[in-house]
Amino acid sequence: MDIQTLFFAVVAAVAILSGILVITCRNPINSALSLVMTFFCLATFYVMLDAPFMAAIQVIVYAGAIMVLIIFVIMLLNVRVESGKKYTHGVLIGSIMAVLLLFEAFYFLNRSSLTGARGMIDANVVQNVGHVELIGRAMYTDFLLPFEITSILLLVAIIGAVILAKKKI
Amino acid sequence: METIAIPAVNLAAIMPETVLSVVGMILLLINVFLPTEKKAYLGYLSLIGIAVSLFYTMNGWGTPQEGFNGSVLLDNFSHFFNVIFLLCSALTILIADQYVQREECNHGELYPLILFATTGMMFMASGTDLMTIFLGLEVLSIALYILAGFARNNVKSNEAGLKYFLLGAFSTCFLLYGMALTYGATGTTKIAGIAQFIAQNSILSKNPILLVGMLLMAVGFSFKIAAAPFHMWTPDVYEGAPTPITAFMSAGPKAAGFAAFLRVFLVALPMFKAEWTSLLWALAVLTMTFGNITAIYQNNIKRMLAYSSIAHAGYALVGFVAANEVGVAGILFYLLSYTFMNLGAFAIIILVGKKGEPNNNVSDYAGLSVKHPALALAMSVFLFSLMGIPPTAGFVGKFYLFSGAIKSGYIWLAIIGVLNSAASVYYYLRVMVFMYMKAPEEDFAWLKVTPAFFVTVVIAIAGVLVLGVAPQYFLKLAQIAVMI
Repeated sequence: MDIQTLFFAVVAAVAILSGILVITCRNPINSALSLVMTFFCLATFYVMLDAPFMAAIQVIVYAGAIMVLIIFVIMLLNVRVESGKKYTHGVLIGSIMAVLLLFEAFYFLNRSSLTGARGMIDANVVQNVGHVELIGRAMYTDFLLPFEITSILLLVAIIGAVILAKKKI
Repeated sequence: METIAIPAVNLAAIMPETVLSVVGMILLLINVFLPTEKKAYLGYLSLIGIAVSLFYTMNGWGTPQEGFNGSVLLDNFSHFFNVIFLLCSALTILIADQYVQREECNHGELYPLILFATTGMMFMASGTDLMTIFLGLEVLSIALYILAGFARNNVKSNEAGLKYFLLGAFSTCFLLYGMALTYGATGTTKIAGIAQFIAQNSILSKNPILLVGMLLMAVGFSFKIAAAPFHMWTPDVYEGAPTPITAFMSAGPKAAGFAAFLRVFLVALPMFKAEWTSLLWALAVLTMTFGNITAIYQNNIKRMLAYSSIAHAGYALVGFVAANEVGVAGILFYLLSYTFMNLGAFAIIILVGKKGEPNNNVSDYAGLSVKHPALALAMSVFLFSLMGIPPTAGFVGKFYLFSGAIKSGYIWLAIIGVLNSAASVYYYLRVMVFMYMKAPEEDFAWLKVTPAFFVTVVIAIAGVLVLGVAPQYFLKLAQIAVMI
């Protein structure tokens, strides 16, 4: 096992662990902090995939801005730690199904080749042209229309926030 | 420094969507200056926008427009669906005004949101890039989450909005994951590119990544069309959402889900036809049977129509399993006729309902024929069409769907479909028994048919009967449309 694979395994394990903590922690602040950890692990994956810009965005936007907002909101609202009662509804069937699915996935993944298509942009191209430029180019040529639709999507989301959450409209 | 060639944009390919979204933004601005009692003007203005968009859609029939480097293709297929979407939103806007005034949620944002949702549906139908389809679906879904919770002072509506949002966001993950795996396996998000890549690399048909991607996309789309077992959100959301929005949700977004589902599976994944037809076979049987059997037990008429809409998604899936020209054209025809009959039925439900919606049980329709014979007759026409009884559109639609299945050799599927359709007669007839054979318990004095409702019901009845009596012309259009 080379050093890169080992590093990947460690980061992946941390990502999964903190992901589990996000949904099992009773205290919302702990949950939010675990989510920050997951985002950092994701950023590490992006670096390993030769996508430094994505890693930076992941840290600045998700781990930085969005999570800070979420934690602010939790503290402002003074959400209490959920007490007592555990949700055990359907845990048995759920875990049996999950284990079965996991085995199924392993079985099929071991049986067949998993190579997908090789894209045009590999590590060399990223080194030569620059990651930001590649993203910008894709956004304004191939994906111009999806990029524009996103603006409508955000507008609708803003309307929704006002309609559903404003005290008096 | 090298210059980047901006690809040919071709605005003609997104003209109907552009018109609607621009009108939506203008309405948002006008809304600020309108007093509450005059919000209905926004409805009329949005109808103008829909008419302009419809004009561009009709005008473009037969001349496919491709734009944005293959992100969007405005062909006959998307034209046909655009007509369904525009019709659905126009009828919804017509019946919405009276309802929002009665329920005191007369916020002007309703109309722009409906227009934006329609924009999203159009992008789903005309998108030829998985990204375009996904973003269209998101625009539609987010607008729908808001619309479902639009009656802010009604707890049930709040519940509907939140439930739809949580489950919808969850199902979107499936769709996105499926798209990501498909992209990973084929290296492109363009639908035509995916098909080409699979055709050139036949080894790929053994690749589990692509199969899992296909499966996850099927789950995501099944959620949108409310196919069992991904239908759990439907009854609660349909019951809690404001009634005009329920009408909108049951016709338009379902059609949009089918549009994207059909285009992705028929164009991008024809090599996996054997796999996805066997999957959809099971989905169709489950959806029809579950929807119909559960609908029998419902007392709330909105809930009953929610389960019936699940069953109808199952009928349409029968045509999808057949995957031949008759079956797929049958889906388009059926979705068009379903828009007419369902919006008509919901219009009458709004009329019979009272403030706060206490009047939504089937027993509340007792004696409607005595007090309002015309309304009871109209409701009966819509119910007959939902049952699939000639000479209504529902019969012809089901006929095409099932004959498509038989043509492809799915005899058992057709038999199960017909049996289901027979079972559904029970719960539709029950409403008619109450309307015609029970003595009236109430005077229905609050019931007032405004011109907007009159127009809606007349359009819906005309649609149901014309499509039922002379279906050839429309079926021909549908057959031209499915040549994608």
